[in-house]
Amino acid sequence: MNVKKNLALSDTGFVFNPSTGDSYSVNPIGLEILRMLKDKTSEAEIKKYLLLNYQVDSETIEKDYYDFVKGLEQHKLTENNA
Amino acid sequence: MRKKQLTIAVTGLNNIDSPGPGIPVIRSLIASKEFSFRIIGLSYDSMEPGIYMHDLIEKTYHIPLPSAGQQSLLKRLEYIHSVEKIDVIIPNFDAELFNFIKLQSKLLEMGIHTFLPTLKQFEERHKSELAEYGIKYGIKVPKSKLIYSVAEIPNLGFEFGYPLVVKGKFYDASVAYSPEQAISIFHKISGKWGLPIIIQQFTPGTEVNLTGIGDGKGHLIGAVPMRKTYITDKGKAWAGVTIDDQQLLDIAKHMVKKTKWRGGFELEMIRTDDDEYYLIEINPRFPAWVYLAVGAGQNHPEALVKMALGEKVISSEKYKTGRMFVRYSYDMIIDLKEFEMISTLGEL
Repeated sequence: MNVKKNLALSDTGFVFNPSTGDSYSVNPIGLEILRMLKDKTSEAEIKKYLLLNYQVDSETIEKDYYDFVKGLEQHKLTENNA
Repeated sequence: MRKKQLTIAVTGLNNIDSPGPGIPVIRSLIASKEFSFRIIGLSYDSMEPGIYMHDLIEKTYHIPLPSAGQQSLLKRLEYIHSVEKIDVIIPNFDAELFNFIKLQSKLLEMGIHTFLPTLKQFEERHKSELAEYGIKYGIKVPKSKLIYSVAEIPNLGFEFGYPLVVKGKFYDASVAYSPEQAISIFHKISGKWGLPIIIQQFTPGTEVNLTGIGDGKGHLIGAVPMRKTYITDKGKAWAGVTIDDQQLLDIAKHMVKKTKWRGGFELEMIRTDDDEYYLIEINPRFPAWVYLAVGAGQNHPEALVKMALGEKVISSEKYKTGRMFVRYSYDMIIDLKEFEMISTLGEL
C-alpha cells in the first residue's frame, strides 16, 4: 500500500489531497505514520517503530494500524492498493 | 518599463449572491503586470454593485437588455465608444453573448476588439444540445431528454429512475426524488425560463470545474481546475480550491482541440467514484471564480485581451494546486445621488 505521491503533509498535521481538493487533520502519530508511508517505509518497520516509541502492545498496534490504513483507502489517499 | 494603457469595457457587474464574472474579470485585468487597464463598466440594472466600485471601474454605462436587440445595443455602444474609446469589450453573460457575437465585425470596424466563441460554438453547447455535443466530440454526458409538458413526467421514472435532475433551458437545476417533486420543479423553472425543460439522469459523484481559454485554433491557452468547497443554497461556489486533475485538463484540451474553442469558458463536470467524467455544462465565458486562476498563476482575462488585439499568447500549463478562494459580502455605502445618476442618466 502506498499513499498518494502528491499528498501534501504539513507539520501541523494538515493533510491536503491535491487531486480532490479534500483536506484532513491527523494527530502527531498519524502524521508520523503518513510520513513513513510516503517514504516507502514497510508496514513491519512502521509497526516496529510504533512499538518501540509508544507505550502500546502489538495487538493494539495491529488493530489501530489496520483502521488507519483502511481510513486512508476509504478517503482515496492511497494508490496501487495491490 | 511603462505599461501599455488599454481601455476595456466589461459586463456582468452583478457581484451578488449569484455573482456575474465582471468584477473577478476586472480584478484579473488589474493584476496584469504587462498592461495598465482603464475599466469601463456596462450594466443592465442600477443595483449591480460593480457600478459603485469606483476603485475598480472608472465609469459605468447602462446598456439595453439583450431582448432589445442588436441595433439598440450597437447604437448605445457607438455612443459609449465615442466618449471612452474602447479597445476591447469582454461580455460576461450567456444571455448577451448572441448579440455580441453577431455584432463583433461591426464593433471591430469601430475599433472595438472582442474575442468570442463562434456562433456555432456558442449554439451547439446549449444545455438542450449537450447530449448531441457529447456524441459529436466524444465527451461523456449524462442521459437527458427535453420535455414540454408535465404529462411526460410520470413515465420518466421508467426511463431515468429517481432521483433525476430537472433543468431549465438557460439557468436553474434541481434534483427531484419523486414525480411530485419533478412536477413542482418543472412549474417553478418553466415559469421563470420557459420551455423546454431538460430531464437529466442523476450522476452521483463530485462536481469539478475548470476555467479555461482557447485560441480559436485548437490550442488550450490556459486552464485551471477547481473543486467547490462551500456551496450556497443557489448552488454557487462560495469557496473553492485549485486541484491537480489531469483527466479534467485532458478533457478541456480535447474539447478545445476538437471544437477550436475561441475565448473563455467553464467546464462543469461530475467525477464519479470510478473516476469517470460526465459533462454537465459548458459556460461560454469566464466563470465568476476566474480570479482564482490568477491566484494560481494564470491570468486568463489578460490572455483574452491580448488575443483580442491579435497578439500571440503562449499556452501556460503551470498553476499552483491548493490555492483557495473564499467569497465575502460587503456593504458599500453610497450616496443616493449616485443611484439617481445611473438610474436617470444611465451613466455614472
